Amino acid sequence: MNFSAEKIFVCHPSGFGRTCGLAGLAIAALVAVACAGREGGEGGAAPAKTVIQNAGSDTMVNLAQAWAEEYAAVHPEVSVEVSGGGTGTGIAALINGTVDLVNASRKMEPDEIEKATREAGAPPQEYVVGHDALAVYVNLSNPLEEISIAQLAGIYGQDGTTDKWSQLGVRFPGCDQDQIIRISRQSNSGTYHYFREALLGTERDLKLGSLDLHGSKDVVEVIGRTPCAIGYSGMGYATANVKTLRVARQPGEPAIAPTVENTQDNSYPIARPLYIYTHGVPSAAVRAYLDWVRSEAGQRIVAETGYVPLTGADPKPGSGKGAAQ
Amino acid sequence: MNWRRLESRVEPVTELVIRLCGISAILFVFGIFFFVFREGAGFLFGGLDIVRFFTSTSWYPTSVSNKQYGALALIAGTGAVTVLAMVIAVPFGLGTAIFISEFCSPRVKETLKIVIELLAAIPSVVWGFIGLTVMNQLIIRLFDAPIGLTVLNAGIILALMSEPIIVSIGEDALKAVPDSYREAALALGATRWQVIYRVLLPAAKSGLLAAVLLGVGRAIGETMAVLMATGHAVQIPTSLLDSARTLTATIAAELGEAPVHSDHYQVLFIVGVLLFMITFVVNLAADLIVKGIQKKTS
Repeated sequence: MNFSAEKIFVCHPSGFGRTCGLAGLAIAALVAVACAGREGGEGGAAPAKTVIQNAGSDTMVNLAQAWAEEYAAVHPEVSVEVSGGGTGTGIAALINGTVDLVNASRKMEPDEIEKATREAGAPPQEYVVGHDALAVYVNLSNPLEEISIAQLAGIYGQDGTTDKWSQLGVRFPGCDQDQIIRISRQSNSGTYHYFREALLGTERDLKLGSLDLHGSKDVVEVIGRTPCAIGYSGMGYATANVKTLRVARQPGEPAIAPTVENTQDNSYPIARPLYIYTHGVPSAAVRAYLDWVRSEAGQRIVAETGYVPLTGADPKPGSGKGAAQ
Repeated sequence: MNWRRLESRVEPVTELVIRLCGISAILFVFGIFFFVFREGAGFLFGGLDIVRFFTSTSWYPTSVSNKQYGALALIAGTGAVTVLAMVIAVPFGLGTAIFISEFCSPRVKETLKIVIELLAAIPSVVWGFIGLTVMNQLIIRLFDAPIGLTVLNAGIILALMSEPIIVSIGEDALKAVPDSYREAALALGATRWQVIYRVLLPAAKSGLLAAVLLGVGRAIGETMAVLMATGHAVQIPTSLLDSARTLTATIAAELGEAPVHSDHYQVLFIVGVLLFMITFVVNLAADLIVKGIQKKTS
């Protein structure tokens, strides 16, 4: 690392070598990227193997990965390639036609469906593939056991006035300042959207000034190390360093723990379906994969990765109607 | 004879290639600026309230009922973190540069340089992780603060990240001062301190300033580490123990999930243009100051 001030600031003749080197590198990189892109678009190197590309929700990436691995064992002729990046990113990829499936932790918006339909020639089909309960986490040193949706709205909502733990009736060592540290997610993650809607509906927003962390895991990580913190994340992300609160729909009603049973019978108030959307009409291979995901084998993996499997009450695979509306 | 003819043909070609290389750097910079600007231009000229963008702290890009794009808190966050990083890094960085170039034995010098270069080689996501875990708890314990993901946390991490740049360039600048200056000063009976303070620092002024400003550029542009260490909270920090959010981290966190060509997507590119202009002004200022100093001293 031999920096030299002149080389960087002024365009000396002696600086040319460096600039050229960089420019050459940049061009080489561009070419490499372009070539790689072309190859990927045609479905990988081995033509005999069917490739199913899927991308999307950060919440679902562990699950999708587990499905892909298991599916490769059952159907070696099909390779499922998973990438994360977020629901929005996945939907953008679907609209651009670079993926076959998108894992989504929220429903597609009408204008997204419209764009995807235009690109694929047919509306994306919606499959519910599992459920996720959003658990409310606090630090282990926090004596609080349960909380109501209204109290959560008071903490997180735009016009909420709860910012001290004593307002919720608890004081505890380790958090002498009494201040509630709100941990949230970046404002365009599917998790954030769902949490906001569950607390406040669509008319109000979450209060600014929360710590908007980047990733479901980080939320739990930070709460585990911060006595004053409260936050929300998928129930699959619980660790030994945090405590999950029971949540009541209304103050006074019984508070419900985020468990598989309570999510399946709809008693836990902040749970949401997880979706997979197809790129237009799915091919036979994609359809087989989706059927497998919704089968007992696929749903067992849902439970193993910390999410909530489907029940008989869940809607059957979409014929495109559900998605198109 | 043949060789000579060949050479005379090759030479103009080589010259052309080198010329193209030189121009390509300019083309790349303008190309990048043009692309970033174009992506945001539609919203910049049609819809974005620029006054509110610079004066409001309400950053609600994904609200359903009331979208607002006020970037003041983000600008304040970038400013606060960068200033703190420089307050820490400049004295330490320049001190280290002086120590390495003037005081230490060759062996210590080699070791120090290697260690400092190692510091520069730590990936920013690792710094961010240290901020998120180790520093967070340390700050909570030491300052009895409710949260450790703060301006202080990010400032210290950015200081450590920009210090290697300041040290390397600063040391180069000091090394470039001819030994005859030192000898002349010593011959006049100057103490070591006087040599440094009265002779070396003024002589190496432009290089040292360049070192500091490159450090500033590093601090403003850093993304991953500040995304993790600041707490990423939209508010104007009023103390070192407040969380904050920077311009760069906002782009990194939100661009991935913003629908392409939506207002939110475009406003993030406008934030990019703003960052581009800030770094441009810093570099231009550095250039002008350095030139000004050169003129004065010559």
